Amino acid sequence: MERVAIVGASMTRFGQRDAWVRELLAEAGEAALSDAGIAGDDLDHLYVSNMASGEFEGQTGVPNALAHDLAATPAYTARIDQTSSSGGAGVYAAWQSVASGASDLTMLVGGEKMTHRSTAEATDVIASLTHPVEYKHGVTLPSFAGLTARLYLDEYDAPRESLGKVAVKNHANGVDNPHAQFRKEVDLETVLESPVVADPLRLYDFCPITDGSAALVLCPESVAEEYVDGDDYAVITGIGGATDTHVVHERADPTTMGGVVDSSEIAYDMAGIGPDDVDVAELHDMFTILEFLQSEDLGFFEKGEGWKAVEEGVTDRDGELPINTSGGLKSKGHPLGASGVAQVYEIYKQVTEDAGPRQVEADTGLACNVGGFGNCVTTAILEGSQ
Amino acid sequence: MSDTNADVEPTDESTQEATGERTFEAAEYADGSVSYPPHPVGPGGAERVGTVDLREREARVVTWTTSTATPPGVRAPNTLAIVEFEMGPEYDGPPVRALGGIAADPADPDGEAFDVVIGDRVEPVYVDELREPGAGIREPESQAWDGFRFRPVE
Repeated sequence: MERVAIVGASMTRFGQRDAWVRELLAEAGEAALSDAGIAGDDLDHLYVSNMASGEFEGQTGVPNALAHDLAATPAYTARIDQTSSSGGAGVYAAWQSVASGASDLTMLVGGEKMTHRSTAEATDVIASLTHPVEYKHGVTLPSFAGLTARLYLDEYDAPRESLGKVAVKNHANGVDNPHAQFRKEVDLETVLESPVVADPLRLYDFCPITDGSAALVLCPESVAEEYVDGDDYAVITGIGGATDTHVVHERADPTTMGGVVDSSEIAYDMAGIGPDDVDVAELHDMFTILEFLQSEDLGFFEKGEGWKAVEEGVTDRDGELPINTSGGLKSKGHPLGASGVAQVYEIYKQVTEDAGPRQVEADTGLACNVGGFGNCVTTAILEGSQ
Repeated sequence: MSDTNADVEPTDESTQEATGERTFEAAEYADGSVSYPPHPVGPGGAERVGTVDLREREARVVTWTTSTATPPGVRAPNTLAIVEFEMGPEYDGPPVRALGGIAADPADPDGEAFDVVIGDRVEPVYVDELREPGAGIREPESQAWDGFRFRPVE
């Protein structure tokens, strides 16, 4: 199996954008091609991570449109939909295409256009992933977060403030990310007094609705230096994907995300490392509670102790294990299909020492992308080439 | 029916028709486990062998939330709970839980839901339309819109 390198990456500004999904994908795609010093017709495979362009915009067939727009025909194209983890699933597909030998040069572009819809409509598009017996009760992903947060706080005797500190930390990180939707610090009082969305969680416990796109270029490590200097690429040393039931109440322990546990075990095994070897991580903080659950289920902290790490500053940018140096979904924004790609973009920048003011000391980084409320998960581990 | 589930009664469809009442249908599998919602195959791959009506069972609130940002066609605020059913001493399968709304309190002047906390005992109460069909994205004919909310046991 080929070792797979990332030799180019880009992301658009995340936020409320005038551009539609085709334009967003083309913007990130063109920038990633340029970053890798290649042209569209160099590509063997072109993948698009996108959850719901048909539902949001009435636009389907986006990979075909993108291939034409980037002059990438006749590259093989496919759309990867794995709800909120479409980006991570796209990374998996792109990695597979190169690792298997099917493609010598693959580009993955993730993107979503959402902000033209009302919050209620966008929430409903996302909630359509729920089981009919849940959907009819009006359950939303934010309400799953409220249900789980209450259970977590009760079971592990965690203070409500600890969730707020995730938002404070990730907003502080986002200030230094030029692509982030929010580049503004918030204080704990603002978080704790913001309007209730799904009790006990409030507005600042949730990521925003976002437009944006991100892209990666992948090739065999054996030819990476044909595209970039030897210390400018990263290697995907481990990757895993797993599925848990989408019916959250059927999970043995609703505060454990089985897909995170299972996908990370596969990724750690492939990379030959354990959680203690990870220097920096991007986690899927669509809701503040998810950062606790993932940081525990990835093995960084004991079950029920993730909140203490945030309280103690362990996950701050200058802490022992920085989490969400990009600002996370919380401040960077969450354009569904783009998010998992943008997580890997940040880790790529970190392990190639190109993260600017966000740079931390990191040889090994991990990105965990979660679909639904832990329904489908990918974990990717990147190491710098030097 | 498995003999390890003497406490679990099968649905009597003739009774259901006679009373016009709807069942709270869960599935029973060959290994004795029960799940809500029903799946074609049980948790360990066991074959489905029957149906269990959860309607007359009490449950306890595992957790709850009140959602204020609700999608089209959904009441606001919307108090939701995950509840765990009391399946009796003979049942030794995985917990049988459901997610559902908390019923409106008839004594509340604004028609808001009963207050509940973790551990409260609740019982199912039938509602013929939980959410306005067709207001949201899902095709109205693709699923049922009636079902059960939960109210505190007196």
